[in-house]
Amino acid sequence: MSVAIEIPYWGQSLLRVLGGIVAVLLPAGTIVYVFLFKMMSFMQSRLGPMEAGPYGSMQLFAEVGKWMQKEDTAPAAADHRIFKMAPLIVLLSTFLLVAVVPFGPDAWLTNFETGVFYGLAVSSISVLGILVAGWSSANKYSLLGGLRAAGQLIAYELPLVLAAIGVVIQAGSMRMQDIVVAQNAGSIFGWDGVGNPYLLTQGVGFLVFMIAVQAELTQPPFDMPIAESELVSGYMTEYSGFRFLIFFIAEFATVGVFSLIASVLFLGGWGVPFAWFGWEGIDDVDNWMNVVGPLIMVNKMLVLSFLIMWVRFSFPRFREDQLQRFAWKVLIPVALANIVVTAILKVAV
Amino acid sequence: MPMKPKIPGLFKGLGVTLKTLGRTITQGADTVQYPREKEAPPTRSRGVIALREDNCTVCMLCARSCPDWCIYIEGHKTLAPPRRAGGKPRSVSLLDRFDIDYALCMYCGICVEVCPFDALFWSPEYEYSEPRIADLLHDKDKLGEWMETVPEAPELETGAQKK
Repeated sequence: MSVAIEIPYWGQSLLRVLGGIVAVLLPAGTIVYVFLFKMMSFMQSRLGPMEAGPYGSMQLFAEVGKWMQKEDTAPAAADHRIFKMAPLIVLLSTFLLVAVVPFGPDAWLTNFETGVFYGLAVSSISVLGILVAGWSSANKYSLLGGLRAAGQLIAYELPLVLAAIGVVIQAGSMRMQDIVVAQNAGSIFGWDGVGNPYLLTQGVGFLVFMIAVQAELTQPPFDMPIAESELVSGYMTEYSGFRFLIFFIAEFATVGVFSLIASVLFLGGWGVPFAWFGWEGIDDVDNWMNVVGPLIMVNKMLVLSFLIMWVRFSFPRFREDQLQRFAWKVLIPVALANIVVTAILKVAV
Repeated sequence: MPMKPKIPGLFKGLGVTLKTLGRTITQGADTVQYPREKEAPPTRSRGVIALREDNCTVCMLCARSCPDWCIYIEGHKTLAPPRRAGGKPRSVSLLDRFDIDYALCMYCGICVEVCPFDALFWSPEYEYSEPRIADLLHDKDKLGEWMETVPEAPELETGAQKK
């Protein structure tokens, strides 16, 4: 495996940083315009933004411009330094998370041996940012929202991790690249026409993972932390302008990044079934996959974020106790059972 | 289990949103892009009140029944020539002023209902917003202009008594 054009180490690093920024902001923009603005409106028989540019296509720039020129206010009693830091912590978690996603045989940002572990670990940094935002706002709504968010995110972190463990057991590796290769080089009872996407063998895990992702992203029906009818806007209540924009970008960028991670874990990631081109392992994969791979990833990301947003627009909000009960009494036992069955089958077969 | 799974309902809900999505893509949304395309209100809708000055007898019933006192009427009596030769001159009331302040009007329609001489009518016209609130006071000439927009009265039902 070698890149055709030799790029010096600093050049590669720069490319990977740029790639990371693109991989965060591009999905965020796409998801907000295509799904949040247009699909949500269409699902309610509305048109969505129509004034800024043809079919409102410049609406994103209008929104960003509006938020950028607003005053950056903070409550007098707020803990100013931490208050101003909080949105950046949440966004930081998104950027750290995207670093683990592979987009092609060489088009990765980082190639950790423990990629899954790292990804799930940094995804919980956002909890810290949200809790800090709720606490430092000096506002009872913010505090309640922050506490609810902390309770919810910690509760749903567990099924998320447990669902991913099933995949890790089946692939026998925590490296994201190995998981992609294991799915695309795999076969279903000797038939390797579509590889072996873990969606088939880990269907329960996929379901649990996507529900937990929905809750991790605090998207409805799991949006108790920002329940606007009870808590104004939860931990975001006191934020305005640029810092609110950061929260907003982080929310939808994380939708995209979690979709990317779910597509790596369950849908075969950047790969095409290796049997189509007679590849054996990652070393045989042709260089053009570095271009096609990201495109495949974008498509899988769009499909999964469509699912997330579709559920978001269709269901009403859970009550706080239902939410906790669902995590601890349904999702976690199911995920644990999934691990046990996967482990038994892995050893037995 | 404490929470019964409501799986069929969940898929039904997803189906509703997906169906609406498809319908909006193929047949367009319910939205009317107002300044560019106009919504045609039903002919009997309460847009603005029109005045037929000839029918008004300055009886003041409308002004007195108006809940928020937005009708201002002034009139005077005058002598009109007799109907038949040799008769007494008739005393008639003429309008000097008939204003409706649409900044106050709440579109209850009591004035239209209460008018015994069919001088007030509802018109479905709704585009008369003004930059200055004082311009929402329509005088009797302006109220008379609205008469052109009043739709024809519907046909009487068969068997109904004609006045």
